[in-house]
Amino acid sequence: MSSYIDAVLSIFPKGGGLQVERKKLFALSVAVLAILALVGIGSGLYALYAGHEHTLGTSRGVPWGILIATYVFFVVTSTGLCIVSSIGHVFGFEDFAPIAKRAVFLSIVTIVSGFLVIAFEIENTWRMPIALVLGFNLTSNIWWMGTLYGLYMVFMIIEFIMLQLDKHQLATACGLAGLLTGIAAHSNLGAVFGLIGGREFWHGPYMPVYFIASAAMSGCVAILFFTYLTYRFNGWTIGDKLKASLQSVAKLAALMMAVVLFFVTWKMIAGVTGEIPGEYESMAYLLHGPYTVNFWIGEITLGLVLPFLLILSVKAASLRVIFIASIAGMIGIFFMRYDLVVVGQLVPPFAGMGLVDYPEMFSYRPSCLEWLTTMGGFAFCGLFFLLGEKYFRGHMSEGH
Amino acid sequence: MDIGKLQRLPSEDLSAITSRERRKFLRLGLTITGLYLGGTVLSLVSARRAEAAGGPVPATGQYPYNPHYTMVLREARCVDCERCKEACKTTNHVPDYGYRTTILERRRDLAEGTYETIFMPVLCNHCNRPPCVRVCPTTATWKDKKTGIVMMKPSRCIGCKTCMTACPYNARYFQEEKRAIDKCDFCWQARLSKGETTTACAAACPADVRIFGNLADPKSRVYQLLHTPDTIVWVLRPEVGALPNVFYTNA
Repeated sequence: MSSYIDAVLSIFPKGGGLQVERKKLFALSVAVLAILALVGIGSGLYALYAGHEHTLGTSRGVPWGILIATYVFFVVTSTGLCIVSSIGHVFGFEDFAPIAKRAVFLSIVTIVSGFLVIAFEIENTWRMPIALVLGFNLTSNIWWMGTLYGLYMVFMIIEFIMLQLDKHQLATACGLAGLLTGIAAHSNLGAVFGLIGGREFWHGPYMPVYFIASAAMSGCVAILFFTYLTYRFNGWTIGDKLKASLQSVAKLAALMMAVVLFFVTWKMIAGVTGEIPGEYESMAYLLHGPYTVNFWIGEITLGLVLPFLLILSVKAASLRVIFIASIAGMIGIFFMRYDLVVVGQLVPPFAGMGLVDYPEMFSYRPSCLEWLTTMGGFAFCGLFFLLGEKYFRGHMSEGH
Repeated sequence: MDIGKLQRLPSEDLSAITSRERRKFLRLGLTITGLYLGGTVLSLVSARRAEAAGGPVPATGQYPYNPHYTMVLREARCVDCERCKEACKTTNHVPDYGYRTTILERRRDLAEGTYETIFMPVLCNHCNRPPCVRVCPTTATWKDKKTGIVMMKPSRCIGCKTCMTACPYNARYFQEEKRAIDKCDFCWQARLSKGETTTACAAACPADVRIFGNLADPKSRVYQLLHTPDTIVWVLRPEVGALPNVFYTNA
């Protein structure tokens, strides 16, 4: 037994690296985040117990709400962090090495946060382990997505352990396996939406491809955000190597924003051209309907244009500006996920048939419990981010 | 040119054509048209899965199941008395917040500022290519191999609700009491499996709107209704390609 404990303890660095300096602030933050996470988990459990019909804002017409959006947000970020980490760890680009260890750790934290949130959205979570094995359905994208993401998490955890144990060859192998599995899983998540024939806003090959591009962007933004945050929070100084690394990531982030902007622009134009039923109503809702603020302020301004211009304006040099860009990006990406999930469901199945007493568009508003559970997911993610910084000593590897 | 000679020639205008000549010409024209028309029809028949030729109803003898359970809704006869909804609720223990079948109301403007109201009953379409079955990660829902009914196994349902987003007909809802998706099963559990021959909603309908039966049996009413000459048969949302087994007609 004690040998097992020793094995587990051996992944924690004994010394070196960085130490949490502001102990009181750290303890306070951990306490607050832990309480928020517990409140969120409590809300999620209560909603499961009382039944979603009575507790969530979701409905027969709009069965997926903010919890699915939050799940998608977390797994997009996780896949992106895995992609960013692999540039340094798997493909050997030195510039990306200093951020890689933290990226691997955070990719695990974000995927676990995602699983935590979706566990409260799926009404019979406890049936999953047996049902997914006994009832496996190879035509179901949800099945592939769940299975591949489960596998992905295992690969990433092994990669992280191997990195801690300085077994770099094994870590690289697991990193590559994790990357390939993660991308397959993530593309399948896009296909969960893309292969649904009755929902024009989602239907088509766009989603599985767009998801990969937006993951790469989210990963860059997330590692910029978390790395700068921990250094400022803990009062650590950013060395030249790390600075250069963050600047390279910022350039990649800007590039990916430009790529995603292309996706969004053509989706927008295709959505209104010819006013194809189903697709058009959703797009109109985003462009000049109830979701206008979400779209123009959230998705376009905060998510894409502002961070792109900020990074461009300082030529990816000033870390503070890059950090501000990353905050805007993170918020904007959440809007993207929310709109993608919700607006895709708002067109009623029998719209346009001239029905009386039948909504032209469905509506959805998250309930209080959904907000609390969402908040709990973010608090959980923040909590383990902080604990990771402390117990893995700023994710400094031996060589740095 | 000798005008006098030309004037003595017989006239070539239409008045000179004998009726015999006319008939010959018509026969030729019809033969050519008939050949082309026949060719077109043949090309439709020879096309694989030529659903356009006969509308949404599968060609005779090409029903994948036997009994191939089907419901035909004679829409114009529905008066929205909702007895079908009530019968469904009591038979299948449907809670107040949900439904397996409901009646939608359509309005069509008529001449002189009046309009007609059409009642449109909807339920699970038991599609031949059901999107809900494809997306279910745990095969908690499946197409029964014998009857073609889209079934549910509540204990297998994880409640991910992907089938709800995938269903083009909004035919599914999550039933908290069962902690599973609930949907129309053509009363398989409550009636058919116990020897009854029709669904509760069809039995309760006083206007003979809902006709339930086996499409694979040419003597059945559903078969007769779907193969009545000079009638139109339609399905809801044919563009999603789910190949529904709930048909609408005014026959």
